[in-house]
Amino acid sequence: MRRAAHLAAALRRGADRWLFRVGKPEAAPIRLTQRRIYVLPTPAGLGFAAALAVMLLTSINYNLSLGYGLVFLLGGAATASIVHAFRNLLGLSLRPARCEPVFAGEAAGFRLLIDNPRPSRRPALRLRAHGQVGTFELGPATESTILLACPTTRRGRLHLGRSVIESTWPLGLIRAWSVFVPDADCIVHPAPEPAPPPLPDSGADGAGTSASTREGDDDFAGLRAHRSADSPRHVAWKALARGGPMLTKQYSAARGGELLLAWSALPVHLDDEQRLSRLTAWILRAEQDGRRYGLHIPNTRIAPDLGHDHRDRCLRALALFGSTAEDTERRP
Amino acid sequence: MSAGATRFAAMLKRRGSARPAPAPALDRHQGLWLLAAAALTVAPHGIWLPAWIHALCLLFLAWRGLILWQGSRPPPAVLLFALAAAAAAGVRLEFGHFFGKDPGVALLALLLGMKLLEARAARDIHTGVLLCLFLQLALFLENQSIAAAAMAFLGTLTCLGALVALADPAGSVREHLRSATLLLVHGLPFLLVFFVLFPRIQGPLWGLPADAFSARTGLSDTMTPGSISALGNSSAIAFRAAFDGPPPPPAQRYWRGPVLGSFDGRTWTAARFAEADAPFYRPVGRRLDYVLTLEPHNRRWLLALDYPGAAGPLVRFASDHQALSARPVQTRSRFALSAYPDAPVGTDESPAVLAAATRLPADSNPRSRELAASLAAGAASDAEILERVLAHMRAARLRYTLRPPLLGTDSADEFLFDTRSGFCEHFASAFAVLMRAAGVPTRIVTGYQGGEINPVDGYLVIRQSDAHAWAEVWLEGRGWLRVDPTALAAPERIADGLAAALSAEDALPLMLQADMAWLRGLRHRWEALSNSWNQYVLGYNPERQREFLASLGFDPRSAAKLAGLLAGISALLLLALYAWASWQRRTSDPVQRAWERFSARMARAGLGREPWEGPLAYGDRLAEALPEQADSLHAICAAYARLRYGAVQAGDQSRALEKQMKGIRIQ
Repeated sequence: MRRAAHLAAALRRGADRWLFRVGKPEAAPIRLTQRRIYVLPTPAGLGFAAALAVMLLTSINYNLSLGYGLVFLLGGAATASIVHAFRNLLGLSLRPARCEPVFAGEAAGFRLLIDNPRPSRRPALRLRAHGQVGTFELGPATESTILLACPTTRRGRLHLGRSVIESTWPLGLIRAWSVFVPDADCIVHPAPEPAPPPLPDSGADGAGTSASTREGDDDFAGLRAHRSADSPRHVAWKALARGGPMLTKQYSAARGGELLLAWSALPVHLDDEQRLSRLTAWILRAEQDGRRYGLHIPNTRIAPDLGHDHRDRCLRALALFGSTAEDTERRP
Repeated sequence: MSAGATRFAAMLKRRGSARPAPAPALDRHQGLWLLAAAALTVAPHGIWLPAWIHALCLLFLAWRGLILWQGSRPPPAVLLFALAAAAAAGVRLEFGHFFGKDPGVALLALLLGMKLLEARAARDIHTGVLLCLFLQLALFLENQSIAAAAMAFLGTLTCLGALVALADPAGSVREHLRSATLLLVHGLPFLLVFFVLFPRIQGPLWGLPADAFSARTGLSDTMTPGSISALGNSSAIAFRAAFDGPPPPPAQRYWRGPVLGSFDGRTWTAARFAEADAPFYRPVGRRLDYVLTLEPHNRRWLLALDYPGAAGPLVRFASDHQALSARPVQTRSRFALSAYPDAPVGTDESPAVLAAATRLPADSNPRSRELAASLAAGAASDAEILERVLAHMRAARLRYTLRPPLLGTDSADEFLFDTRSGFCEHFASAFAVLMRAAGVPTRIVTGYQGGEINPVDGYLVIRQSDAHAWAEVWLEGRGWLRVDPTALAAPERIADGLAAALSAEDALPLMLQADMAWLRGLRHRWEALSNSWNQYVLGYNPERQREFLASLGFDPRSAAKLAGLLAGISALLLLALYAWASWQRRTSDPVQRAWERFSARMARAGLGREPWEGPLAYGDRLAEALPEQADSLHAICAAYARLRYGAVQAGDQSRALEKQMKGIRIQ
């Protein structure tokens, strides 16, 4: 069974490479030209053809001139539908848009910008990637954004990879499709540990041995100049309302010093993914608490800071932990 | 890589992507399209489907409509199964069997109704549409008129609309209709090419079921009083004839059908005859060539003009001078025939035939026999007897009517002495009885007489109401002579047709009434149209295809050449469609188009617009390069920017701008 599956996968890769000239991600925009649109009958189309054959036999047997006419008219319309289906895809151009990072287990929302240059509608299109199918249509002479939500199971870089745009319009008898690999990927952060232990108390090496019982928001400790990365929740709005400068409230928990979230300080029984998961949870907690934190993991050291950009940088480092920069793994 | 391998690999690939697209649920639009297609398909079948089956089908459709209207759930499968079983049992009861055309169509129609009731998913719509298409084909088994073709075309359009609605649930009805129409328009050239060139095969390929050609109205090989007058009310067309030269005058148009030689006192039946490939007389004298287009009557006789002569290979001749087809005429058929109206026939008739032609049942029509004996007394020859009988019948003032009284067993006696009014079969029958009683060989010929020339296409149209019966008398040395006793009472029947001969109290079929001139004109046009339809569309058979291809210079026997021609033209058609598909206007906005043309012209002069360049910047650059036209170039680009990005939408301005752009000369 597994060997057969392997063989099928190999055949498919071969077909991708030789037939559809699909391999590495393509540079945007991807234009769907004649050469990369394929058409074949659908099962319904084969059934239709069989029905026409029976109708033709009936016409011959009973010498029905109009029967011939009906069969040829339907055959002609079905033949024309090949061209209509083909035309429905012809000339579209696709560009991948930015994909917001997600946590493993959430759906990655890939966005494709599809431009329809023709001043007529393109009905009943389908986008297929990662086993997901999105149905959409394009208005006349417009560019639309198509969102395809793909479930994620593990952290890392998720490529949109081999994608198919297809249509069985107008009669459902012919399927026209085109295969492409857009240069689109999505950073999948590790899933945060569901119930993580409290944050390590300080940047000291003893982190993880004793947990702080104090909530970071408890004790107001003073004000400092606002930095753009600070959480809006900590802005001293009253001071601002009085006409003062924009200040950030500091709390006693933060005063305890900067957190250092370090790989090496985690309990030894945790494996790599569990460690990443816990660090993710801690980063989120620290960010929520407004505490400055730094991240030390093998090969990466990020100095303590606070704010969305910092958080994303840390999470990205966790997401890509262990993968090389050229990692082009296409499937999660 | 070859195309075949390409497709195969693509097929493998398709298998690979295991997840099928989710089947869309049937929405109201799609349901309505399918319902419309089914209604348009089933409705015309009402003419020949048994009433209860048709009513049941319509009921199913109405039920489906109700389900759509209320948005309720389709009936449960158990109920549908029970309905299907009951319907099948009903069909079995109605027809006595399942096999054959009529029960097949009935079952298909019921199946369509029930399929619609359970339609939920895409597959059901596909099945429903295929059932509709089959039923449209079945329509042609009964009727291939222009109206049936129009009905089927409309049905096909709706079926395609249903498929489009299935593929494109988000579209509007107008868009579905537009797509379906466009598909049909693109399918039409294929229809024309294949209709003309696709090799026609003379059916049937296998044995046809017994009910393939149900009984049709027309002559039969027996004649009783009243059997022909029953046809007088039917304006259905029996056959048409197209003459090479001018057609003969009405009084000479005797179309010969079955010849009836045996008489049992009331009913005339056909006598036995011999058959050969050549006529049983020497064709001499005037010759008329014509083509007969016979409506199917499921009999062998051809109703050729008296007396039929040399013709095509499919025609055989009987010893009583009928022309026969080799097989019963089950489809509308064309026969090239000729007639020799002046040739003497049967001059050397066998004594056995002559003896049979004087036979009368001993105990029938005693009064007629008595009359015949008195008329024949002292006559010198058969010709003199003929004169006396005709003179007697002329003097008897018999009345010609479309509604003759019913007659008993001694029909000749009752007609001649009691009722004294009758239709052509009464005249012919009574005359033949008198002649036979006087010992002169006489027989009845049934067929058609007269016919009407359609002024629109020049075809002679013969209807069932032109059915006629006359007699033939054999005289020594002269052979069989045609005698039409009806002409004695109603000479205008022979010269001008049925309408002229009938008195006012005989209500005529509407179409035959003289004061309906405009209606007749309309009917002539319509019949000429359906004649062309019959000749060129329905009558396009293997023979005509061969003739046509030969006239084009193709060897019609070479199947390979024909296939090549067909493939070549189809490829050309596909190429044309492909060109249509690839061609596209970049935009429908006239201002934008004009701007692109303008930029293209400038590009030819080496001043192409860069993709990132806005109209104003482009205008600046152009003005710099072409200082003589700086002002107008600036104006053009500014106007374009205003029209394109500004708030105003002015048609006049855009036309002015287009003109300005065209007016620019690059120096």
